[in-house]
Amino acid sequence: MVAAMQCNFPEIFPPYSDGPIFDGHLAKGYCMMRLFGSRFFGLRYLAALAACACAVQGALATDVTGAGSTFVYPLLSQWSSDYSTATGTKVNYQSIGSGGGIAQIKAATVDFGASDKPLASEELAQFGLAQFPIVIGGVVPVVNIEGVAPGQLRLDGEVLARIYLGAITQWNDPAIVALNPGLKLSGDAISVVHRSDGSGTTFNFVNYLSKISPDWRAKVGEGTSVQWPAGVGGKGNEGVAAYVKQIKNSIGYVELEYALKTGMSYTALKNHTGNFVQPGLESFEAAAASANWAGAKDFNLVITDAPGANAWPIAASVFVIVYRQPKDPGRSKAAFEFFRWALEKGQIRAKELNYVALPTSLVQNVEKYWASEIK
Amino acid sequence: MSPLPATGVGLSLDDKHIKARAAAETRQDAFFRGLLFAAAALVLLVLGAAAASMLWGGRQAFATFGWNFIVSDEWDAVGRQFGAFVPIYGTLVSSAIAMVIAIPVSFGIALFLTEIAPTWLRGPVAAAIELLAGIPSIIYGMWGLFSFVPFMAASVLPWVNRNLGDAPWIGPLFRGPPLGIGMLTAGIVLGVMVIPFISSVMRDVFLTVPASLKESAYALGSTTWEVVWNVVLPYTRSAVVGGIFLGLGRALGETMAVTFVLGNAHQLNKSLLMPGNSIAATIANEFTEADSDIYLSSLIALGFLLFIVTFIVLAIARLMLYNLARKEGR
Repeated sequence: MVAAMQCNFPEIFPPYSDGPIFDGHLAKGYCMMRLFGSRFFGLRYLAALAACACAVQGALATDVTGAGSTFVYPLLSQWSSDYSTATGTKVNYQSIGSGGGIAQIKAATVDFGASDKPLASEELAQFGLAQFPIVIGGVVPVVNIEGVAPGQLRLDGEVLARIYLGAITQWNDPAIVALNPGLKLSGDAISVVHRSDGSGTTFNFVNYLSKISPDWRAKVGEGTSVQWPAGVGGKGNEGVAAYVKQIKNSIGYVELEYALKTGMSYTALKNHTGNFVQPGLESFEAAAASANWAGAKDFNLVITDAPGANAWPIAASVFVIVYRQPKDPGRSKAAFEFFRWALEKGQIRAKELNYVALPTSLVQNVEKYWASEIK
Repeated sequence: MSPLPATGVGLSLDDKHIKARAAAETRQDAFFRGLLFAAAALVLLVLGAAAASMLWGGRQAFATFGWNFIVSDEWDAVGRQFGAFVPIYGTLVSSAIAMVIAIPVSFGIALFLTEIAPTWLRGPVAAAIELLAGIPSIIYGMWGLFSFVPFMAASVLPWVNRNLGDAPWIGPLFRGPPLGIGMLTAGIVLGVMVIPFISSVMRDVFLTVPASLKESAYALGSTTWEVVWNVVLPYTRSAVVGGIFLGLGRALGETMAVTFVLGNAHQLNKSLLMPGNSIAATIANEFTEADSDIYLSSLIALGFLLFIVTFIVLAIARLMLYNLARKEGR
């Protein structure tokens, strides 16, 4: 049923297209003209309906639907197509954002939700839900300073927090210079770039700043969107990347994939043990492996500021949320078969797309959790 | 064979036929009237339902924050404090900048096309304007971000800073770091977006001015400017204002193009060079991840406020037109 509601809608109503309320009358008229001017409109509409009907029949078999995190979407859609070729089961994932994913699974309109932010055990218990990590990623600070190569600038959490608080305003601030002996930094003003939309990337970034800086915790706090004391907001990772590239002497934060793809200058960060580490799959993996998963009930753990010697301090995990006692056991079983396949066979794909596979010990933990917690 | 029936029987037969036809036509008329009424009523119904559902969705925000929701500039998703002043201000200011740019340019385009341009040029330029109106707003946004913002940052804003930054009165509006992203850039992009709407309406109504009126004025020795100012504009005034407000309505509700170049920062700034936020951009940015009920409710309440702001602006336009019409009638 859910599949029927979702299918083909994006084609007819692209996301973020201006609603008719906001459009001028001319544009409205233009749209109507386009819709009804086409002789095949009726035909196409019928075809769409027919496609929906087919999807319903398919859904009644074993199709799995999920919704949530945009961060994990490229990987899940790749997994979904691989899995469909291997087994014939279709996985339909809508990347509507973590908040939306949580809302959808609470309303039981999907078989699983995906979120960049773990839910607290109490909240899970209240709705009869369970959660487990599925893949690891990370957030990387990027800068645009003339003459600074990728990985050359070194920062720590305290300095990062003070830059984003607007307390450090120049690149030659003594705190930055102290971390970068030998690097020539000018007195240009720092332009801060952050995400304008709520996102799991922001959540993990500000969670790290909150852990390191009491000042940040008191003044701003953590969440998927926060009240930024300074800077401009870009929409999505691509928006932040575009702003950082265009504004000289700016700093922003993006997911690793974007930092590598766009060739921007990412920074090294000082981690929990005091080592400066470069962002990359190895340091993300070190963070995931050193985090204290065993001590976290329902995997309710944000792996920022992880204790490993080579751990990247702003690593992040994506969580899948499911019902403990599913209303439709058949579909739930299909979903678990998909995730088992993803954890065991799909992790090579993860590396290709610059995600980090879960460490083996964590995979075992997750499978133990499935056996004990989910009926 | 003959066009008229010859016998009385034939006449009465035809009479019956005419009566039946008249009755059928009356029925059809009634049906058609009902159909048109339903179409008009549907607009009102949809409008009312949209406003009501947004008011209902935003009731929690209005109940929690009251008037503070409109006057507070706080927008803190973590502390769950929401005030709409920054987005409302940004919406109005960016639209105002757009109008300052779009109205004179559109007027010039329409004037050129109807009075000055050689005939062979009128068709292609008019077609180009209509094509411009059909470009999706996201394209304007991407053009704004990737082409226009760097140009503003490198060439325009440093000049603005140097020459206008220290001017009396308006100085604080034009002082700030040349980021390229901000209220001024958003206003200019919006202006470019609404020019086709306003200018195509203006061109169409300028064409409706009777040639005899204009020719009389020319015959009396008027210049082209005098003809336009004293004959064409008074003749088309209400339609011109209508076109302007059509463009303004679009500028107020524009989402994607604005969100790309406005900076999306919930900060109140005197300077037009600094980033700000608009109602539509805030909703588009934050709706997907609104993770608490009050947050979601505040965003829907913002949508309702956009409705109200647009309504007030259009009402003012109506009032202006009404006053103009009354003055002329006297």
